[in-house]
Amino acid sequence: MSLVLENIGHTVEGESHLTDINLNFESGSFNVLLGRTLAGKTTLMRVIAGLERPSEGKVVLNGKDITDVAVQKRNVSMVYQQFINYPHLTVWENIASPLKLAKLAPSEIKKRVAQTAEMLLITDYLQRKPLELSGGQQQRCAMARALVKDAQIILFDEPLVNLDYKLRESLRHELKSLFKSRESIAIYATTESAEALALGGTTCLLHQGKVLQTGPALEQFYHPKNLQAADLCNEPPLNRFQASIHKQQLSFIQDISLANTLHLKELVDANYHFAIRPDHLTLQSSNQPELVLQTVVDLAEISASETYLHVTINNGVETLSWVAHLNGIYQFHTGVTLTLFAPLALLYVFDQNDNAHTWPNLLEAKH
Amino acid sequence: MNKVQNNKAWWLILPMFALVAFSAIIPLMTVVNYSVQDIFDQNTAYFVGVEWYQEVLRNERLHDSLLRQFIFSFSILAIEIPLGILVALMMPKTAGWKTSLTLILLALPLLIPWNVVGTIWQVFARGDIGLFGWAMNALGFEYNYTANAIDAWLTVVLMDVWHWTPLVALLCYSGLRAIPDAYYQAAKIDRASRWAVFRYIQFPRLKAVLIIAVLLRFMDSFMIYTEPFVLTGGGPGNATTFLSQTLTQMAIGQFDLGPAAAFSLIYFLIVLLVSWLFFTSLSLTDKDQLKQGSASS
Amino acid sequence: MASIELRNLSHSYDGLTNAIESLNHLWPQGGAYALLGPSGCGKSTLLNIISGLVSPSEGQVLFEDNVVNGDSPQQRNIAQVFQFPVVYDAMTVRENLAFPLKNMKLDKHHIQQKVMEIAELLDLQSSLDKKAKSLTADEKQKISMGRGLVREDVSAILFDEPLTVIDPHLKWKLRRKLKEIHEKLNVTMIYVTHDQLEAATFADEIAVMYQGKIVQFGTPQSLFEQPNHTFVGYFIGSPGMNFVQVNKNQNEVVANDLAFNLSTTQKNALAASDTSNIKLGIRPEFIKLANQATANSYPVDILSVESFGAFKIVEVRFADETWFVRVGEFDQFDATPHYMTFEPTRLKLYLDDYLAGEETDFE
Repeated sequence: MSLVLENIGHTVEGESHLTDINLNFESGSFNVLLGRTLAGKTTLMRVIAGLERPSEGKVVLNGKDITDVAVQKRNVSMVYQQFINYPHLTVWENIASPLKLAKLAPSEIKKRVAQTAEMLLITDYLQRKPLELSGGQQQRCAMARALVKDAQIILFDEPLVNLDYKLRESLRHELKSLFKSRESIAIYATTESAEALALGGTTCLLHQGKVLQTGPALEQFYHPKNLQAADLCNEPPLNRFQASIHKQQLSFIQDISLANTLHLKELVDANYHFAIRPDHLTLQSSNQPELVLQTVVDLAEISASETYLHVTINNGVETLSWVAHLNGIYQFHTGVTLTLFAPLALLYVFDQNDNAHTWPNLLEAKH
Repeated sequence: MNKVQNNKAWWLILPMFALVAFSAIIPLMTVVNYSVQDIFDQNTAYFVGVEWYQEVLRNERLHDSLLRQFIFSFSILAIEIPLGILVALMMPKTAGWKTSLTLILLALPLLIPWNVVGTIWQVFARGDIGLFGWAMNALGFEYNYTANAIDAWLTVVLMDVWHWTPLVALLCYSGLRAIPDAYYQAAKIDRASRWAVFRYIQFPRLKAVLIIAVLLRFMDSFMIYTEPFVLTGGGPGNATTFLSQTLTQMAIGQFDLGPAAAFSLIYFLIVLLVSWLFFTSLSLTDKDQLKQGSASS
Repeated sequence: MASIELRNLSHSYDGLTNAIESLNHLWPQGGAYALLGPSGCGKSTLLNIISGLVSPSEGQVLFEDNVVNGDSPQQRNIAQVFQFPVVYDAMTVRENLAFPLKNMKLDKHHIQQKVMEIAELLDLQSSLDKKAKSLTADEKQKISMGRGLVREDVSAILFDEPLTVIDPHLKWKLRRKLKEIHEKLNVTMIYVTHDQLEAATFADEIAVMYQGKIVQFGTPQSLFEQPNHTFVGYFIGSPGMNFVQVNKNQNEVVANDLAFNLSTTQKNALAASDTSNIKLGIRPEFIKLANQATANSYPVDILSVESFGAFKIVEVRFADETWFVRVGEFDQFDATPHYMTFEPTRLKLYLDDYLAGEETDFE
């Protein structure tokens, strides 16, 4: 089984929602659509489901053009942000409803409902009504209904957003293992890069209705094609600065030689965008070629075991806002000056059009 | 949101078109046909052009009843809409037996056939045996709706208010129930007064149902027939003779089919025009409110 | 501005089960606090009791030592921001922000000034004259927040999961804004959330709620390092604390024939108790993995290694339990046997799910 989107474009009232989408979904694959609100994730899912007809392009399932096939005939199921169940039916009846509609034999329905319920750990609640359950259990019920009918395509539109943090962790884990043994194509939309990384699978980065990059989540994390993709994959976003290179010398506040930094020494003289991950900034020198930056603390946000240090850096032209993600707890007061170190080996380089030029070789840059 | 475009859908509304054609358009055409002819008997008819229209438009009786009709419709709107809102605001907010009971009591007048409503009030307002009439007289008011034009008007308006305010109230109540609790909580936190809550939260969200309520009540009251006919018979004199009654007198009483047909069409156009004016003026000021209402439902 | 105190507070919606169970708690004036817990733990109910939208079945709420049970939200002078944006759609953004001040009948000029101040703080200047209903969800939520923040002299500002509808990259900004505002206004703020990161980054002190009770109140660091209850251990941290059920064997504890070294105070606590519900817990961050056995190391089997970008989670099998170990993004592991070690002080003892035998008790 395969699902192919060919040159999908969608314009509503002159406003472009999707532009030139070409994607390929394999049988038994788990796919993640990562993008911000209004990036076009939901529209794309609606196009795949058949709830919306794209203004351009084709949806091809198993080699057959299904662009004009109605939703009812597509064999898709969808799980929404809101927990959508039939409130007057029990959980069992809810899960069985798609099978009853498909006119399956009662014995088969019983078997499949029992299996699915067990998979989603709601066997104990089958006789209750959805509203008597907690949010997590309600969403499990909605998911069971989507999974029970063996749809060819299963769409998840930010299904965990309205759930507890901890519940999200466990459901994510379960979903992943659930799809390992299935033939269907799963497509999961999310706004959180951490969720995309946790789910694994193929991730497609959507930005303003366009596909920025497709591939394994980790691959995008390490090798984003451009600045927008890098921002989508990093929470908090990358710290950026603009600087010029002249004869293997990087000029940013200080002049520093790139001769000993593998991925930078070949760069031709030009202006570049540089970026570094928040968790790669350090308070101690790494004894490697590095930028030494005088910063002013804006705010120290302390989580349980980590500190998010919001700082500003003045390079003489403008004031940059950066975030350092430090392991351990550091109490710094607003206004304190502080030296941060940015190892050259960990710098991402983008050209003037925001396209990636070179990436740090993170597996060898171990410091 | 764009739905899948499918031209076959037009076929689905074809039966509906046929039905409307038979029930509305064809009879209407008959009326149009009558309105331009002078009919003596089944076989004798002369084409008279717009003559009937001219005659009807010059008719004093019609002018008078049209004026009465407007006064009546606007006065009942002026009473029923605010009163309906007020009743809806006073109804219990939470579900329970109290709410159910209020709803049933409120809906009762709506369930009574129109001619029965007329009969009820005919008896209720009588000075000798009717509770209302008797009470008015006992309180020292000279009240007699069969003889005094003002009393007759008062009774007809009161009857309509009694009969139809519940409809407005029920519509408003459903509108109010659709406002999430969070808004009231936020208003409490923001220290809003009762008036501010109504002005900024409840009223803006009632607008959509109010448009429907005003339209329904206008159209209905503009075509009112049965109740005043049963109650006052249009009297005393012609004091409570409204448009539809004038029309009936003309068509059935005098058998002037031509003028009656012309009158019907003018009547129809007036209702259409005023309803359209109401609808556009109300919904123009609040276009997005409607949109929002339909989007959230 | 006020301190907030709860005395013997209980609440039940149906008269049978308690959503909140005999709470006693004091939030001193001027702090930034978080109320953290899973959905259904009673945290929103508690917030609504404090603001006066819900009146408790039993017990008292005190503002600055005055019982306020009978007072309406208006009288309590509380500002509250709800989970989903509540904006008055018929008004412009400016009118929305001015609404609470107008209701207090403040001077027009003063209102104007306050509105501009808040609009600037929340980056709403450019949309001040737009109708509120034309805005996006996160702009609407900013307005909801603005209405809460615009009032001076409120007793406290309460937030009920205010960032639920906000995109992750904006959450950062807004949380920072809130923190700045707190530092500026010095007003008591209570922030309800189920997200530990939100709670920890916003609050100076967090109250963790579980089944209608506050199981621990402390700094984010103490919740992380000294979880008072197994639930806190599980709920704070991602992944949560690793636990193993152990048996008492004379003066030590064993699981699957493996004996654990306990501190003297832990041993004393164990000896003083006769419960059979004994657990040991350790955070994934405090475990180190090595190829060779050393003193006080425990053998583990590595089940899987998963990269989350900036870090990796190693799933290990240990004493019939599946434990997680959090390691750096550059750490590599092969399938050979591994041994885990940790600092002895990181191993926590739980008797009947409550922390026991610590040298210095965090209460």
